[in-house]
This record gives sequence, C-alpha cells and structure tokens, in this order.
Amino acid sequence: MCPHCGMRSQNEFSYGGDASVKRPELNKEISNQDWDNFVYNRKSLRGKHWELWQHISGCRQWIKVERDTATHEIFNTLKAYEEIL
Amino acid sequence: MSQSFRLNDVGLINRDKKLSFKFNGVIYYGYEGDTLASALIANGVHLVGRSFKYHRPRGFFGAGVDEPYAIVQLYRNGETEPNVKATEQELFEGLEAKSVNCWPSVNFDIGAINNFLRIFLPAGFYYKTFMWPKSFWYKVYEPFIRKAAGLGTVSIKHDKERYEHKYEYCDLLIAGSGPAGLASAYAAAKNGARVILAEDKARFGGTLLTSDVNIGNQTGKEWGDGIISELKEMPNVTVKNRSQVFGYYDHNMLVMSERISDHLPSTKIFHPKQRLWYIRAKEVLISSGSIERPLVFGNNDTPGVMLSSAAKEYLKVYGVLVGKKPLIFTNNDSGYETAIEFKKNNVDPIILDTRKDPQSEIVDEAKNLGINIKFSYVVVAAQGYKKVKSADIAKISDDKEQLGEIENIICDCICVSGFWTPTIHLASQSGNKTQFKEEIDAFIPGESKQNEKTLGAANGIYTLDETLKSSFEAGNKLSKKITNTENKVSFPNVIEKKSTVHDKFWCVPLPKGKNYKRFLDFQNDVAVSDIEIALREGYRSIEHVKRYTTLGMATDQGKTSNLNGLQLVSKIENKVVPAVGHTTFRPPYTPVSIGAIVGREVGKHSKPTRKSPMHNWHKKNNAVFVDAGVWLRPRYYKQGNETLFEGSKREAKNVRTNVGVCDVTTLGKIDIKGPDAAELLNRVYTNAWLKLPVGKARYGVMLREDGIVMDDGTTTRISENHYHMTTTTAQAANVLSHLEYYLQLVWPDLNVNVVSTTEQWAGAAIAGPKSRDLLQKLFSNSDVSNEGLPFMGYMEGDLFGVRARIFRISFSGELAYELNVESDYGNFMWEKIMEIGEEFKIQPYGTEALSTLRIEMGHVAGSELDGRTIPYDNSLEGLLSKKKDFIGKRSLTREAFTSEDRQKIVGVIPLDKKTSIPEGSHLVKDSNAPLPNPKLGYISASCWSVEYDNPFSLAILKDGKNMIGEKLYVMSPLKNKVIPVEIVSSHYVDPKGERVRS
Repeated sequence: MCPHCGMRSQNEFSYGGDASVKRPELNKEISNQDWDNFVYNRKSLRGKHWELWQHISGCRQWIKVERDTATHEIFNTLKAYEEIL
Repeated sequence: MSQSFRLNDVGLINRDKKLSFKFNGVIYYGYEGDTLASALIANGVHLVGRSFKYHRPRGFFGAGVDEPYAIVQLYRNGETEPNVKATEQELFEGLEAKSVNCWPSVNFDIGAINNFLRIFLPAGFYYKTFMWPKSFWYKVYEPFIRKAAGLGTVSIKHDKERYEHKYEYCDLLIAGSGPAGLASAYAAAKNGARVILAEDKARFGGTLLTSDVNIGNQTGKEWGDGIISELKEMPNVTVKNRSQVFGYYDHNMLVMSERISDHLPSTKIFHPKQRLWYIRAKEVLISSGSIERPLVFGNNDTPGVMLSSAAKEYLKVYGVLVGKKPLIFTNNDSGYETAIEFKKNNVDPIILDTRKDPQSEIVDEAKNLGINIKFSYVVVAAQGYKKVKSADIAKISDDKEQLGEIENIICDCICVSGFWTPTIHLASQSGNKTQFKEEIDAFIPGESKQNEKTLGAANGIYTLDETLKSSFEAGNKLSKKITNTENKVSFPNVIEKKSTVHDKFWCVPLPKGKNYKRFLDFQNDVAVSDIEIALREGYRSIEHVKRYTTLGMATDQGKTSNLNGLQLVSKIENKVVPAVGHTTFRPPYTPVSIGAIVGREVGKHSKPTRKSPMHNWHKKNNAVFVDAGVWLRPRYYKQGNETLFEGSKREAKNVRTNVGVCDVTTLGKIDIKGPDAAELLNRVYTNAWLKLPVGKARYGVMLREDGIVMDDGTTTRISENHYHMTTTTAQAANVLSHLEYYLQLVWPDLNVNVVSTTEQWAGAAIAGPKSRDLLQKLFSNSDVSNEGLPFMGYMEGDLFGVRARIFRISFSGELAYELNVESDYGNFMWEKIMEIGEEFKIQPYGTEALSTLRIEMGHVAGSELDGRTIPYDNSLEGLLSKKKDFIGKRSLTREAFTSEDRQKIVGVIPLDKKTSIPEGSHLVKDSNAPLPNPKLGYISASCWSVEYDNPFSLAILKDGKNMIGEKLYVMSPLKNKVIPVEIVSSHYVDPKGERVRS
C-alpha cells in the first residue's frame, strides 16, 4: 500500500533499511561510537518494525512501512515526511 | 511380456487403447489411463530402484504423491528428466524410463555392498566419517558420495520445453477434489463465488474412486463425476486436474503447478509443458485428504510391501493386482476394505490384525466372506530380497511386548495399514499452529492463521457423512460472506460402513537374536535403530534428529514417515507426541520443476535488453556486442577475421593517433534542477561544488556513508539552477535512488528535483588528437577552439539543425568531447560524425578499446570502484574537501582507512613485457612461499597498452604508495600462471595530463 499510489504489487517496491535511523547533522562533531551506531549497528528485530521502502517502479517516493519481519504482515504505511507515532 | 496381474473388467483404464513402453530396456504394455507404476505392476515388475544409502532393492509403496521410493529417470521426446515418481507419471505411447541410484543395473547393484556394511553406516555417518582429514574431502569422499548417492541425472542440454506463469484471483481456492473438495466447491459455486478447484491427479474424486459408499443412491464415483461435470459447466468455476497446490505463502497467495503435457508423448505445438499458477484467494479450503501410515516391522522395505490403500487403488482404479497371495497387516478397519476387494476378485487374502477382538460392520463383512483373519497377530519380518516371498508372523501379547512362536507363511505382497495421517502441509505453511488429536494419533490444523480452513480427512474427519456435511456448510458459509447470495443445495443421503477404533500399536518389536532393519523413512533409509542412535548421542529436538538422521527430508518430506518418527522419539523419550512436536512443513509439498519456477524468463527473456538509438548502425557495422548490465554495447567492430584482441588494439591505437567515436548513451544521466542544486551536489560529492560557473563541468566522486566510493562521474552546470549529472552505466539507478533518499528523507528542506534522463539523450564520445578538427566541421557555427571551449568546458551547438550539448571531457586521456542529442537524433548524429570524420580516419571503438584507453591512463572504473575501496585507494584523495562536510566523510577517519600501509592503486608491468596478466590474479612477494601465500594485492584490470605495445595492468596493492619500483609476482592459480612483474605508477600514459588540455 503506497500512501501516494494506493495498493500496488510488492515487486514495485525496494527495501531501504530501518526507518528509525536518523542521519547525524552535517558539520557537527560526533563520537566514534555514535557514528558507528548510525552507519553499522542495527537491531535485527523479530516482529513489528518500521522500515523504509522506495516505490521504485512507481512514484519513486521513499515511504515508511510498518511490517512484521517474521510474518511479512504490513500494518501501516506513511509518507516520507510523516512522523512515526 | 503379458499383463498377468491385470484383471479383466475392473478399473477406470481404457482397455481399448494399448500402449507400449520401455523400462530398463525391456518393452512392456499397458493401457491408456495407467500410471507407469500400475502398468509395471500389471506386468509383475516390482523392482524399480535401489535405496539411497544402503542400495537395498526398492519397489512401490504408494500409488500417488505419497510414494517415497519408486523414482525413475524419464525419457520423453528426446529429453530426460530425473526424480519422476512412477506412481504419478501417466503412461503414454513410447514412454521410456530407467531405474536410478543403481550401478551397473538394478538387478546387480555394486552399491548394495553398503547394505552389508550398514553396521558402519549408522545415523550421522557422513558427518562423523567424512570430516577428516580435510584434504580428503575433495579428492576422495565427495566423488564417492556423488557417485553412490543421488536420485537421477539432470540433463545438461537446453530445455526446449516452454513453461508459463499465470496469475489468478478467486474467492475460494479448494485444494483437493475428494468428497470434501467437491462438496465445498459445489456449495460455493452455487452461491456464485469464483471458485478454483485443484486436483493433483488426472482423475477427480479422491477416495470416492476407491471406497465402497453410496451417496444419494449413486456410487461415490458416480456422485463425484456428476458434481465435476456440473462444476465444469459453470462460468464462475475453474476445475483443474494434474494440478498440485504445493505452497501457501503470505497474504493468502498460493502456488500451484499444473502439468499440462507431462502425460503426453510430446508437447503440442504452442502448448506449455507446465504452468505455474500464482493464486490470490480470498478464502482457501484445504481438502487434501490423508495418507495411510505404514506399520513398522523387519525388512518392511522389501519390494511387495506397500500401503493397503495403494493396493486398493491399483485394484479399483487400474484393475491391477499387486499380488496373488496378499497378506494384509493392519491395526484398523482400513485393511479390511482392501482385503474385501481382493476377495471380491477371487483372490484369497490373509488378514493379520494387531487388535484382539475388533467389532464393526466391516470386520463382520470380512468374516462373512470367509476371509482368513488372525487377530493379535503381527508381521515380524518380510522375507525375500528383491520381492516378498514369505512373511515371518507371530502372535503378540496383549501388552504388545512379547512375540509368540514365529511362523512362516507364503505370500507375494504385504499390504500394511497403520491408520491415517491428515495432510496438513498447506495449513501449516500458512502459519497454522497444529494440534495433536489423540483419537487419531496425528496432528490436525489448529486455529486458522490466514483465511484458510481445513476440511474432511485433512482435518482428521474420517467418516464420509460428517465430511460432506461440514464441507457443504463451509463452502456455503464462506461464499455467502463474499457474494451475499445463498442457493442452498440439498444434502444427499450417505450410506457407508461403520468402522471401529484403531490400535495405537504400530512398531513390531524385534524377535530375540534378530536385528532386522525396520524402516521409518523409506526414501532416506532411516531405520528405527538410526533414531535410537541419534537420541543416545544426545539429539533431543526433533529438528536436530531430522537433520542428523535425514528423517523426513528430501523430496518425500516425511509424507509416510513423519508421524512414525515422532511416535518413536516420544516413546523413547517417554513423552507424549505433542510434547515432541513436529518439524516445520515447508513448500513445496511435492517437487516442482525448475522450468516451471523460471517460466518464460529464460535466455533473452530473463531480463530486459536496453539498446542505444545507434544500435542498428553498430549491428550493420559488424559490432560484436557485450552485456553491460541490461545494456547491449559494442565490444569491438570486427574487420575480417580479427580477434577481439586485434580489433580492440586497432581501435584504441586509432584513438591515440587519429580520432575514434564511442557510443556512450549507456552512461547514467540525471537532470538536477532547483535553487539548492549546488548545495545538494556539495553534500553528495567529496569535492567543492558551490563555485562551479555556468558552462563548466567538474569531475566528482561520491561516497556511501561508510566511506566506500559509490560512484564517479562529471556534472555540468547548464544554467544557474540546472545541472546535468553523469554516472557510470552500472550505478545509474542506485545513484538516482541515493539522491532521492537524501532529498526526501534526510534533507527535505533542500529545494531540488532530480530525474533520470538516461534514455532521453543519445551520447557519443569523440576522442583523439584530431577530435577538435572533426568537431569544428560538425559545428561550423561555434568556436570550439581551446579558448572557445577549454578543457572541462560546456556549450550548446547546432549540429546541422539539431540542438546538441557539447562537453569537453575525456575518459581516454586524449583530447576528447562528448556530444549529447535527443535520442531520436542519435543515429543522425552518429552518421554525421562518421561521414565527416572520414577525412580524419575516424573509426568507431567499442568497450574493449575504451577499457584499454582508460586503464593505461590510470582512470578508475567499476573494477576499482568495487564497493571495497575508499578514495585514497584509488588515488582520489585530492578530491576530498577539507573545508566542508559530505556524505561518508566522517567514516574516512576510521583506523583502517588511515593506516600507513593502506592499499593503493598502482600499475603493473610483466618483466618480460610479453605475458598478459589475468584479471583477478594475486600479487605476492615470494611465488614459492608455502600456502596460504600472503596476498599483497590483486589485479583489478588488464590491457595491452597500445602506447607502449606491452601488457599493462592496474592493481590495488597494500602499501602501494611505497611499492613503486618493487619486483613482485602475479599468481593466478585458476590459470596456473606465475608472472614476475614490476610495480609502476598507475598513470602509465601522459601522467601530467597534457593531452586532454591541448
């Protein structure tokens, strides 16, 4: 379910990682640990998870998707600028 | 040979159509409607193969999908296919099949020595024995296992058959056309629902074909035929036979494989061999029935031992006797039904019933027919090697622990019935947590996970009356919910024989002093003793026991063995079966051919092909094409009998001396517009972009956040807020996504739009000392002198009326330009360049010459930017801005990225200046050092330098900065080459870059 285009086939979308990761601001001092956490360290959750997907063969918008990593059930989708509640 | 086991008037086969076929080179005859199995049994053939591990003789055990071991190699229409079940393969004229897993022949199999060595081949044998010494694995163990094991040979020829995919939607998908499937499909169809009814066999009806029942004053078969023909007439119903629903996936998507032509001698023209259906169903009804469980006793794998339900099916459907002196060994009433069928056809069976005194209609009928029944009796062991010759039988005590005196009785087959196991695979694949049902000693589906419901025997309901009632109701209720229509059908009157409870006993104890193999898993040769060993060795989880012993693995997936395995584990562990649990059911339920999975996506259809607008010109001019991602690019333009090496050398040389033209349409192009475009470029590229003037291009490198180089290319400022970015061919799509990611998610405040224009522009690079002269003639109205269009300059020009973009950029190290025109004018541009270039001795050049030119210049490309290198490694550190932040900058301070002896790009020349260096070779200090020889670096790209006429390579070398002038060795174990080399600068030609600025 693309929040821009509606119900679309899964193979139009491409996975883009954990949606909760925030890129550190530019030109700001950051510790090695914090940078490593941003670049590398991810929780591999089982269950509900907010993810980024791109509607790559459609509107090309990046969207936020709440998905169960174990069952692939999709609960919710949001536009890129909408905040996860 | 005659069909001496064929009855004269029983069965559903067409006796008017005789078919000939060959098995292991011998010609036999059968009838239309036979399976390979039924036709072989009709001819008295019971030896079909050898078992997987011990190479014991193998016959038929089932009559359909449940068959664990009658697997053959099939030959059809000049093709061959392994792993074909003889019980599923329908007979056709001219069919040929051979036994598998035996050498030199099924009658005399050398591997059978494993059977006598079996004491050395217990559970986990492969794991324990073949682990050491390590070096033995490749040379000794693996070839041995490869030869000894395996279930057939895969053809290495291109498969000429056509396979299709189909996507379908329906309200109700019903898997299985037995009584439950027919009743529910009928009720749902009457309510107007879109129904798909799938049956894996050729004939519809399931158990109705073989059971002695009466529905609405008709036989079960007649009733079923009536329902099917009515369903076939209804426009809202699709009825499919030879179609196996083998997988239940997320979001109620199921996959079904339809065997359209496998039963024919050859596939009809324009027909596919098989079709794979992806079905999204609102509701799924699983009516997959049940499979009879074996009873376990000594040598229970001898050919001639089979399921009693299979014996009944061979008799009633195919008119074939599996034996003329049958012994029926049962712990429930089902065995009696088979015995009664034998008796009706004038064959005298003997029944051994493990129960002491069962009372039911069916038992009474058998008694009244005068069948010899021995209660509290068991088969201790089958006797006979390639076929059952007799059976050792004995009375068993009431506690089922003690065997009485052993008697031997003559028989030619043993039909076993250990009660029924519901086929719950689909429900379990859907995510349904199964539950154990004590009364039937088996698992049934629990609470539905997706929109699925299991009916009839698959749900542990073993009476016809209850099955039909609940299935009519389910079909009606679920379809009404979808269509809001109800046309209730009247429920037929059912007459069936009442049966009584089964005996929980299933595994006959070994008699004193005997160690017969008692098999649980017939396909994988897992015996009771193997499970016992696994448990003794500490394997507790049923999943571990499965993997250690191979119980329930391979194509069989435990159809007949699963429950007996669980019962044994629970008995030894002193647990109840549900506490042991069962292993996970995974799709596919039955083997699916690779062809069906791949479908039409083979050869040229496997991916899209992208062609440049100049493609036809290339083709006409003898271009030899190469795949570049999904693009087809000219590799070189062949003249006469030229090889790739000769042709590319000629083309590259012509660029260095005259002028060449190369199709660069495939380069990724991204149009960037907006007031913050410069700011975006400044953040994604490592160098500074804010001060790039209009009409100028700049080379840039972009990183990933982890500091690894992602891509490189030039970006040109077309006007104040308008930029044109180029990417490498391979990374075009990724770079666009990368930009969109940052614009949409990270910096939504930037006012910039990006769009791919790769397809909108046709590109041609003209390179060589004479390229300016050519350009001036192409654009006679423009000043393209060194002052008018300096290095890295940009202008628009008029190419005989066509608007063109002219970039003075170079990938070859020569004076060079890139021209872009709208795609539709691409061919016009190309022809003009060739026409006017003639006087400058222009030649087109392909990707091979392009590579040569860039390698000898030391320009990096995909083979250096391989996702493992940072800017320093590619000598691009000069492009790292110190003043501003950019994507990935922070990562470059990582310890490994800043170490003193960090790898760096270098040039490599063979000392003899003759030997070409294979790409991918390793650089080592001492070619004779013991293995593993420490690797200092690797060759990323190789060419034959046209400038110096000797081989030249680029390499990524540890401490490359300090290695210039060193002598090392290049080693390629793949090509068995050792080449002494010298390390030089990566800028082999024109290191100061004078030519591009000239």
